[in-house]
Amino acid sequence: MSDSPLTPLPMIGRSLWQDARNRLMRNRAAVASLIVLGLMALSCIAGPWLTGHPYDRVYPDYVRVPASLESYPKADAIPAAVQRIAARIRATPGDVAVVGESLRLTLTSPRPIDQRLLVYFDRSDQFGTPRITANEEEGRRLALEVPLKRQRFLFGTDANGRDLLTRTLIAGRVSLAIGLLATGVALIIGVLYGAAAGYLGGRIDMLMMRVVDVLYALPFIFFVILLVVFFGRNFILMFLAVGAIEWLDMARIVRGQTLSLKRQEYVLAAEALGVTTGGIIWRHIIPNTLGPVIVYVTLLVPKVILLESFLSFLGLGVQEPMTSWGALISDGARAIQGAWWMLAFPAASLVTTLFALNFLGDGLRDALDPRDR
Amino acid sequence: MLPFILRRLATAIPTLFVVVTLSFFLMRVAPGGPFDLERPLEAKVMENLRRIYQLDQPLYQQYLTYLGALLRGDFGPSFYFRDFSIAELFAQGLPVSMRLGACALALALLIGGPLGALAAFRQNGNADHAVMGFAAAGITIPNFVVAPVLQIVFGLTLAWLPVGGWNGGALRNVILPVVTLALPQIAVIARMTRAAMIETLRANHIRTLRAQGLDGSTVALHALRASALPVVSYLGPAAAALLTGSVVVETIFGIPGIGRYFVEGALNRDYTLVMGTVVVIAVFVLVFNLAVDLLYALLDPRVRLD
Repeated sequence: MSDSPLTPLPMIGRSLWQDARNRLMRNRAAVASLIVLGLMALSCIAGPWLTGHPYDRVYPDYVRVPASLESYPKADAIPAAVQRIAARIRATPGDVAVVGESLRLTLTSPRPIDQRLLVYFDRSDQFGTPRITANEEEGRRLALEVPLKRQRFLFGTDANGRDLLTRTLIAGRVSLAIGLLATGVALIIGVLYGAAAGYLGGRIDMLMMRVVDVLYALPFIFFVILLVVFFGRNFILMFLAVGAIEWLDMARIVRGQTLSLKRQEYVLAAEALGVTTGGIIWRHIIPNTLGPVIVYVTLLVPKVILLESFLSFLGLGVQEPMTSWGALISDGARAIQGAWWMLAFPAASLVTTLFALNFLGDGLRDALDPRDR
Repeated sequence: MLPFILRRLATAIPTLFVVVTLSFFLMRVAPGGPFDLERPLEAKVMENLRRIYQLDQPLYQQYLTYLGALLRGDFGPSFYFRDFSIAELFAQGLPVSMRLGACALALALLIGGPLGALAAFRQNGNADHAVMGFAAAGITIPNFVVAPVLQIVFGLTLAWLPVGGWNGGALRNVILPVVTLALPQIAVIARMTRAAMIETLRANHIRTLRAQGLDGSTVALHALRASALPVVSYLGPAAAALLTGSVVVETIFGIPGIGRYFVEGALNRDYTLVMGTVVVIAVFVLVFNLAVDLLYALLDPRVRLD
């Protein structure tokens, strides 16, 4: 006897995660945030190789040049630059003309010009190696053709003459890495601690939560400053440590979830089957707390990035020539009167990222909240 | 109510004790000392200094001395700000920080609460999106960006307000720091009020009020009371943090509050200053958490204090 015609068609169930993904994809702000975050991460990872400037290269001739789409040196700055170099060669420049990508000029001097001094053109950031096209009056008059070194500083340069675009991207790498690293540490400690406290319950729970209360009452900056003192300015260690502080909220959230989860039938069933406590926590409790945890993680990443920038603002964060958004912003805030671009671009990058993370967090919360189903 | 308060205060004392102990030893384990200068002091001078400040005694004895002094309400002398005792520093700085913080808190409540309620009533409307956009900006833009921008706009370009300084707490000097402090709080309070309000507006008692034909403002008042709960529980720690001063705001605006003491104290190994700040902050946190619990019971009759 065949029972195949009687079996009902298999129901295609929708898991919580599929459901959540569908709802997230319908949320336009969250999708846009995801795209923005993806682009930001991509440009921070790949960008520094594409800008054409190393992040720590100093251009002494381009200190605090404004952000511009045109390439440097600008036409109106060339005569002054030529004048400066000619003065060092002890000659007078004449007939300065820009032809295509090179500069033609003549140098005259009462005495024969020492051609070795032409290296000053080379040393400047604006010009390449000069070529002597004519040598008249026994070396007292040289006609030169000097190639121009074209450089773009889309975000301008900082107070040391470093390209701000490259630095902003490098800073983004550091800030994002720190945000993820510290959040990862907080996630691991918080989830394990909260799940253990909630599941074990009773006196152990009370003791574990008392520890959390004490840590809450300890001022947080105090901790961070002490960590800086202990670990020096090694920022990887420091952010492992910051993550080790930020787990408190995570532990509370997970504990709250666990308290309701441990009364569920499947947990009772696992207990009856003799699964070990560790096994139940790992296999049944933790996976089911992940919804609120993911939401909290997306809100924790911006919190950590802000914290890092706060530390860099105090001068306790990443050390030169490395940089982070916070460090760039704090430099920019000091230079805001003369060089607005030094504040505007790093601040815009930071705020965009934080905005996107916040909207993503809100979207995830809506998507994972089963009450709105 | 009174037994509850007393019981809570009794449990606060061990917490405070643990906090003091923990930070005392953490601070001492940190390398370096309060008298380490760029150029080392002469050995004899150093020895005398250490004897005067009792740093030459064994650590447990210093700890006991400090605890004893603390019980008598004596915070000791500052190591870094010579000629000042910690009590004097706090007597000068704490009122300044508390005044700024209280103003910021009041401003945040006055603006954030109504904004959140407005957003909830117009959920998914233009007003809602505007408020939520503003709130997202308030949370994400760090205060060390807001502060210089405010300084440039209102201090230099428009020249309406002084760029910094305390000036005895004159209103003109207070406005910019208070706004800087309040902005993120406004944002958080607006968001929390909105979320709680949306939930409350769906509740049965609110539907009853609506069904009885009461006007919008009466409904809003009833809904506000119920939705104040999460905001109140947020306000406890937030108030404690605001009233004890902000390093960034006090540094940028040049305000003589106690926010700076913490960072300066820790970096200069001013042991007594750090300990004093830790104690003050911990007391604020504990007191405000107690206040939150009491307020909770006032707002929600279902909550029992026991």
